[in-house]
Amino acid sequence: MSSSVSLNPQAELKRIRDTVKRSRGGVREIRVCCGTGCQARGSMELYEVLRKEAESFKGARIRVKKTGCQGLCEKGAVVTDSAAGYFYCLAKKENARTILERVKEDDEKVSSLLYIDHTTGKPVIYTEDIPFYKKQHRLVLRQSGSTDPEDILDYIAAGGYRSLAKVLGGMSPEKVIEEITSSGLRGRGGGGFPTGRKWRSCRDASGQKKYVICNADEGDPGAFMDRSILEGNPHSILEGMIIGAYAIGAHQGYVYVRDEYPLAVHRLKIAMAQAGEFGLLGYDILNTGFTFNVRTNRGGGAFVCGESTALMASLQGQIGEPRAKYIHTVERGLWDCPTVLNNVETWANVPIIIEMGAEQYAKIGSEGSKGTKIFSVVGKVNNTGLVEVPMGMTIREIVFDICGGVRNDKQFKGVQTGGPSGGCIPARLADLPVDFDSLTEAGSMMGSGGMIVLDEHTCMVDVARYFMSFLRKESCGKCTLCREGTEVMHETLKSICEGRGSKQDIDLLEELGQAMQTGALCALGTSAPNSVLSTLRYFQDEYLEHIRNKRCPAGVCRELVTYSIDPDICKGCGKCKELCPQQAIEGEKKTPHRIRLELCMKCGACLDVCPFGAVGRRSYCDKS
Amino acid sequence: MNQTEIRDIVDEYLEESAQLVPILQDIHRKYGYLPEETLHHVAERLHIPLSRVYSVATFYGAFSLKPRGRHLISLCMGTACHLQGAPRLLHALKDKFKLEDGETSPDERFTLKVVNCLGTCALAPVVVVDGTYFDGMNPDKLLKALRRFE
Repeated sequence: MSSSVSLNPQAELKRIRDTVKRSRGGVREIRVCCGTGCQARGSMELYEVLRKEAESFKGARIRVKKTGCQGLCEKGAVVTDSAAGYFYCLAKKENARTILERVKEDDEKVSSLLYIDHTTGKPVIYTEDIPFYKKQHRLVLRQSGSTDPEDILDYIAAGGYRSLAKVLGGMSPEKVIEEITSSGLRGRGGGGFPTGRKWRSCRDASGQKKYVICNADEGDPGAFMDRSILEGNPHSILEGMIIGAYAIGAHQGYVYVRDEYPLAVHRLKIAMAQAGEFGLLGYDILNTGFTFNVRTNRGGGAFVCGESTALMASLQGQIGEPRAKYIHTVERGLWDCPTVLNNVETWANVPIIIEMGAEQYAKIGSEGSKGTKIFSVVGKVNNTGLVEVPMGMTIREIVFDICGGVRNDKQFKGVQTGGPSGGCIPARLADLPVDFDSLTEAGSMMGSGGMIVLDEHTCMVDVARYFMSFLRKESCGKCTLCREGTEVMHETLKSICEGRGSKQDIDLLEELGQAMQTGALCALGTSAPNSVLSTLRYFQDEYLEHIRNKRCPAGVCRELVTYSIDPDICKGCGKCKELCPQQAIEGEKKTPHRIRLELCMKCGACLDVCPFGAVGRRSYCDKS
Repeated sequence: MNQTEIRDIVDEYLEESAQLVPILQDIHRKYGYLPEETLHHVAERLHIPLSRVYSVATFYGAFSLKPRGRHLISLCMGTACHLQGAPRLLHALKDKFKLEDGETSPDERFTLKVVNCLGTCALAPVVVVDGTYFDGMNPDKLLKALRRFE
């Protein structure tokens, strides 16, 4: 295509866009969510059946399309009808025929697949009327869910690579950096460092060779924002990286992707190949003389590699140990060359800022945190999924208005944000605006955007123990404070959970926590005590219950709970007796059963299987 | 001698020496683990000490030096799964198949890998067996689901 290309990159891209739009105009799209969540619920099978069936509907101009994550993972597989705006959930391949037939029948909808609003109990027909979507501001995710991530033409038709053309067609690198700086964009990976300032330092650093890196080693458990962008809109990341490379003067980039995300790697590779074919990546991009190449590297499954210097060591083929950062990576990063490392979501924001202009972008969000943030809201919540909201929205709005509140109408206890490095925020602070600074002030952190909803049946000591157990395993072992500190903290928390704790343990945890915050080498170590210190700050009474009364109020800690059968409810069906791996349940058929506590290993199998709800779990240890 | 000029020449070749991790990943994918002799081969071919190959092979969680069983169970221990009962699944697997994280059952039927998060929190607690997702698991359901993996 290079012979017919005009020298104006913007005009060239517009020509492609117009051609695609003409050929695809008036086509009705049935969009099947093919993110990992929906795929696990069979959306690919549904997609294949829909496609096959659609071939017999020749007259109707239907295009069955697979899209990236549409957000409402709880209700997968999700299907949307572009022309009518219908939103279908919990769809299966058996529904394919009905969906297509209704399209033909004058826009009739499939009632059985509509979303049911659990507060009103009534079905909701259109996507935009579903509370989950109503209050969101989908900016980075706007195309995930409407475009096919494996088709670059879809991305271009939706305005993709327009920002790149604008930059290469007449913005100087300085102007680009200025634009990013004044947009107020801060790194979405956790640190919240101003992106523009990072780019500026790297541009100014001496050295002929420079690098850009996309950190897609999303390691926080309970967080899947980056995966969804990679899977749903990989081109937006590439576009951001090319713009960033142009701004700092780099010609080589890397995407370091988590090994557990095979679909993300697959789609990213397709995107890179397609962008190369269209002259948008590689040598002489859009005939402007600018050259930039990208490689993908799969991570080795080490959490610490999310830390920038550890990630760079890993890219160099070494073990992922961080180094002290008295020399910044923007000056000496990968191979000791000036390097800009940004997170997936940060890169995906870049084309948006260029397109809408820094001034407009800075109108979204709060005083110190501009733009939107994507959260994966998981745990004891009704609508688990991916939400994108303006910075500064309150926890209450996110958990209750968007995600439908706590599951099974249990009491809301708080949220945990920021993954293992973050902390817990209690329910009484639910009106706290969610942005970089207010979360840090409350003793937690934004992190990459995981938000775990906790309810009355969540034990806060157990949560702290869980994260410490995670960090203990993931600590690289280079510095003593982190290596030994996480180990001792985990042992201490474990003994509290098992009813062996003492009052001095709390002092030990606090002292050790402060020492680690001050003295550990990298962010993994300095933030490791956050979950412990924040739970001690807001939920100390729970620790004391475990220590003084050997009681787990939430009924979680295995050593401190007792299972029993209520003889008034038990019908003597025998299901629990049959299942119990310890043969600890006795009783004749049709008479109330009993658990022999001396044999019970507290696996909870009886509780799961009882059809009458006769098995209970009490929050103290009863040895009798 | 101009230091900057020399640095620029060396810099051109930096990226070529970094392929140890991807090489081991490919070997791991082919055999399901890293057999000892492959580590010797890699060290020889790349002209690097065996100790460096070994340090990388043992640092990253994605690598295993032991052969895998016939089926791979990935048990998600992400936060959402943990809150919704994943530790009980782990207990059940330990109990029934004598499985520990990273270990293979004595009959070589299963290898268990406890993973940090699969990012499919809506399915919690989730277990993946040979690529098939099992969502909303409890110990009983999991043991039943495993029956078809012989």
